[in-house]
Amino acid sequence: MFGFLLRRFAVLIPTFIGVSIIAFSFIRLLPGDPVALLSGERVMSPERHAQISQQLGMDRPLVVQYFDYLGGVMTGDFGSSIVSKTPILDQFMALFPATVELSLCAIILAIVIGIPAGVIAAIKRGSFFDQSLMGIALVGYSMPIFWWGLLLIILFSGILQWTPVSGRISLLFYFPPVTGFMLIDSLLSGQKGAFTSALSHLALPSIVLATIPLAVIARQTRSAMLEVLSEDYVRTARAKGLSPFRVVGIHALRNAMIPVITTIGLQIGVMLAGAILTETIFSWPGIGKWMVDSVFRRDYPVIQGGLLLIAAIIMFVNLIVDLLYGLINPRIRH
Amino acid sequence: MKHKFAIAAALLSATFFASGASAKTFVYCSEGSPEGFDPGLYTAGTTFDASAHPIYSRLLEFEPGTTKPVAGLAESWTVSEDGTEYTFKLRPGVKFHTTEFFTPSRELNADDVVFSIDRQINAENPWNQYVAGASWEYAAGMGFPELIKSIEKVDDMTVKFVLNRPEAPFLANLAMPFASIMSKEYADKLQADGTMEQLNQMPLGTGPFSFIAYQQDAVIRYAKNADYWGGAPKIDDLVFAITTDAAVRYQKLKAGECHLMPYPNAADVETMRSDDTLTVMEQEGLNVAYLAYNTTQAPFDKVEVRKALNKAINKEAIVDAVFQGMATPAKNPIPPTMWSYNDAVEEDAYDLDAAKKMLQDAGVENLSMKVWAMPVSRPYMLNARRAAEIIQDDFAKIGVTVEIVSYEWAEYLDRSKAKDRDGAVMLGWTGDNGDPDNFLDTLLGCNAVGGNNRAQWCNEEFDALVKKAKVTSDQAERTKLYEEAQVVFKREAPWATVDHSLSIVPMRKEVSGFVQSPLGDFTFENVDIAE
Repeated sequence: MFGFLLRRFAVLIPTFIGVSIIAFSFIRLLPGDPVALLSGERVMSPERHAQISQQLGMDRPLVVQYFDYLGGVMTGDFGSSIVSKTPILDQFMALFPATVELSLCAIILAIVIGIPAGVIAAIKRGSFFDQSLMGIALVGYSMPIFWWGLLLIILFSGILQWTPVSGRISLLFYFPPVTGFMLIDSLLSGQKGAFTSALSHLALPSIVLATIPLAVIARQTRSAMLEVLSEDYVRTARAKGLSPFRVVGIHALRNAMIPVITTIGLQIGVMLAGAILTETIFSWPGIGKWMVDSVFRRDYPVIQGGLLLIAAIIMFVNLIVDLLYGLINPRIRH
Repeated sequence: MKHKFAIAAALLSATFFASGASAKTFVYCSEGSPEGFDPGLYTAGTTFDASAHPIYSRLLEFEPGTTKPVAGLAESWTVSEDGTEYTFKLRPGVKFHTTEFFTPSRELNADDVVFSIDRQINAENPWNQYVAGASWEYAAGMGFPELIKSIEKVDDMTVKFVLNRPEAPFLANLAMPFASIMSKEYADKLQADGTMEQLNQMPLGTGPFSFIAYQQDAVIRYAKNADYWGGAPKIDDLVFAITTDAAVRYQKLKAGECHLMPYPNAADVETMRSDDTLTVMEQEGLNVAYLAYNTTQAPFDKVEVRKALNKAINKEAIVDAVFQGMATPAKNPIPPTMWSYNDAVEEDAYDLDAAKKMLQDAGVENLSMKVWAMPVSRPYMLNARRAAEIIQDDFAKIGVTVEIVSYEWAEYLDRSKAKDRDGAVMLGWTGDNGDPDNFLDTLLGCNAVGGNNRAQWCNEEFDALVKKAKVTSDQAERTKLYEEAQVVFKREAPWATVDHSLSIVPMRKEVSGFVQSPLGDFTFENVDIAE
C-alpha cells in the first residue's frame, strides 16, 4: 500500500510539471495581448505598452518567465491577477469552497439517484421503466446545461416561485465566511432561516450540474449490472436460495460498482467543466466563473494558477478513486 | 414582493445595522464583478458603478442626467485667462467615511486632492506602483501626464492645477471616475502598515455610500453615508447582487430579488414593458458604432467611393435586426444627446441606385473589399457579424463583393490600428466625459492616426477645427466649431456612421428617484423605495 502510494506520487510530479508547461505555453498561444486589453477600445501607446509589460515581467523571454513562475509555485506563490491585482491563491481559496459545495451536492444527487435507477433498470431490463429511464438519461446527457438551467429558473423560480433565482444565500443574511461552505457557515451563523435559504439556493444549480453525471452513472450502472447479473456466481447465489435483495444488493452490485466508481471519478473532471456554465447561469461565485472571466481578460496568472490548482485536485481525486478500488474489490490490493 | 423586501429590510437592520425597523435596502443586480475598488486603475463602467459612484466623490460631478460638470468637492473654481491655471476652492466640512477598518481624524483637505491625482501621473509617487502593473489607463488616456505641469496645495482648502497648455475639456475630465478623491490619511496609514494594496480592496471615500464588504463575484454591500455632503441618501443599505446573465437578471427582477438591473436582452424589453410591476426607462446612449474605411488605401482614398458605399448601407435594417429597434441610425459621429450635435447635417440617404451610379462615375468596378466585424458584443453594436452580413448583402446589390473578417478581440483592436490595414473596420465608442472632443479629436484627429483613428483620416480642415475647440474655453464658440467639424466629417465621409444604441433600464415600480445617466453610469444616491 505504501509502495503504491509512493509510486503514484512519483508519477504525479512529472504530470504536474507537464500540466504547468501546457498551462503556461498554451494560453500564450492564444491570440490576444493582456496588456493591450487593459485599455480596450482606448488605444495604448507603444511606450506605455512596453512600460507596463516590463512592470508585469512580460518582456522577458518565455523560458525565464516560466522558471520564475515555477519557482514561485514551489513556494506556494501563484502570482497576482493582472486585473484585480490580488494574489491568485487568496482568490482561489475564497471561491473554491463554493465550487466544491456545489459539485459535492451535485455528485451526491447523481449517485443517490443514478445508481438505484441503473440497478432497477437492469433488473427490469426491457420493461417500460427501463426504456423510459434510458430515454430520459439520453436526453439528460444531451441537454445543453445553459438552456436547461434557464428553463428550470423560469419554471421553478419564475412561474412557481418555489426557489430563488440565483446566488448562494438570500441577501438578507450576511455573515463573514468561516469555512466558505455556505451550508456550514449558515448553521454556524446561528441566524434563523439562513440554512434553509442556503439549501434552497443550492437546489437548482445542483440539479443542473448533476444532470449529465446522473445520466452517465445510471447508464453505466445499468450496463455493468447487466453484465454481472449474467455471471455464474450470481446464478449460483440465486440457486443457493439467497433473497433477491442479497443477490443484487450484495453480490452483484459490489462487482458492478468497479466500472461505476471509475465513471464517478471521471465525472469529477466533467463536473468542473460543467460548473463553468452552471456557475455563470446561477451567479454562483465559484472557480468556474472566475476562470472564464480570466480567459476573456487574458489574465495569464489567473488562468495558469487556476488550471494548475484544478489539475492538482483532479489528480488527487483520481488517487482516491484508485484507493477505493481496493476497498470494493479485494482482488485489487495495492 | 413588497413583503419580501420589507422582511429583508427588517432582518437586515435587526441583524447588522441596528438602525430601526424601517431600514430600506436597495438591491441592484449588477452585470459583473468590479475589477477592484480604486477607480484610477481601471476603465470599465462595471468597476466605476461599484467604486467611483457609490464610494467616492470628485472635485466636479456631472449634474444627474446630464454631462454638465457642476461643483462637487470643489465649491468653486477660477480659470486663468490663458486657460492654463485652474484654482479650486474645496467644500468645507466634507467627512470621509468612518468604517470598521478606518476612522478618519480629519475632514477633506487639499492634501487629499494632490494625493489622488499626483499618484496617477507621477512615477516617483510611492503610490504610482502600489499594485504591480498599475497602468492608470484613464489618466494616461486623457493625457494627464503631459497636460498637468503641477498640482499645488495653495492652502488647506485651495488647490491649483497648472497645465502645460489650455485644455477646454479639463473640467469635465475632473468629473470622471478616475479623478475620484481618496483620503490621504487612510493611504498614509496603509503605507505605514505595509498593506498598500488594501486601497484597492477596502475603499474609503466621501461618496453617498460607505463600503462594507465584497464577497468576490457574488455580493457587494454598502451602507448609507448619513454625512454625505450632497445630502444623505434615502435608502439605508445598497447591495449589488452580481448576476452576469441578462436573462437571469430579468428573472431576479421579476421575482423581486432586485430592484433595478442594467443591460437587458433586447428581446426581453417588449415583455418588460407590458409587465405592470416594472418600469422601463430608456435614453439614447452616449455612443456611436461606425464602419471606418482606410482612407489611405485605394479606392477608399476617394471621397466619392466612400460616399457611394455609405449610401448603400441600410442603417434602419441594421437597427431592426441587431437591436430590435433599441437603437437609432447615426448620421453624425457624436450622439444626439451630446452638446454641439449638428442636426442640420444631411444624411446620405439609403439609395442603392444612386450608390451604384456614384461608384461608376468614380470609375470603380468589380470592387471587392473586407469588412471587419468585432467578435464581441459591445453596447454600441450587439452583433457585429449580423450587421456586417446586412452590409454585405446591400453592397452585393451595387456590385461590391464583401468578405467578412474577424479576429479575437484584443487582436482585432490591435490589427485594426495598422495604417496599411486592408478593409473597413466596424467599431464604436462610448463617451467618457460628455465632451465632443472625446469623440471628434480622440477618434478622428490627425494625432490619433495609427491609433484610435481607425479611418487613418487626417483632414487639415477638420483637425484645425477640433484642435481650436480644444483650447477655446467659451462654450458657444466651441459649439460652433464642433458643428462645423461635423459638416466637414459628413462631406468627407471617413466613416459610415451606423447607430447610437439606446440605454434601457428596467426597474421595479416601487423604485423612484433613479436618474438615467447619459454616460451610462448607475448611481443610487437619489433612489428611494416606496413602502
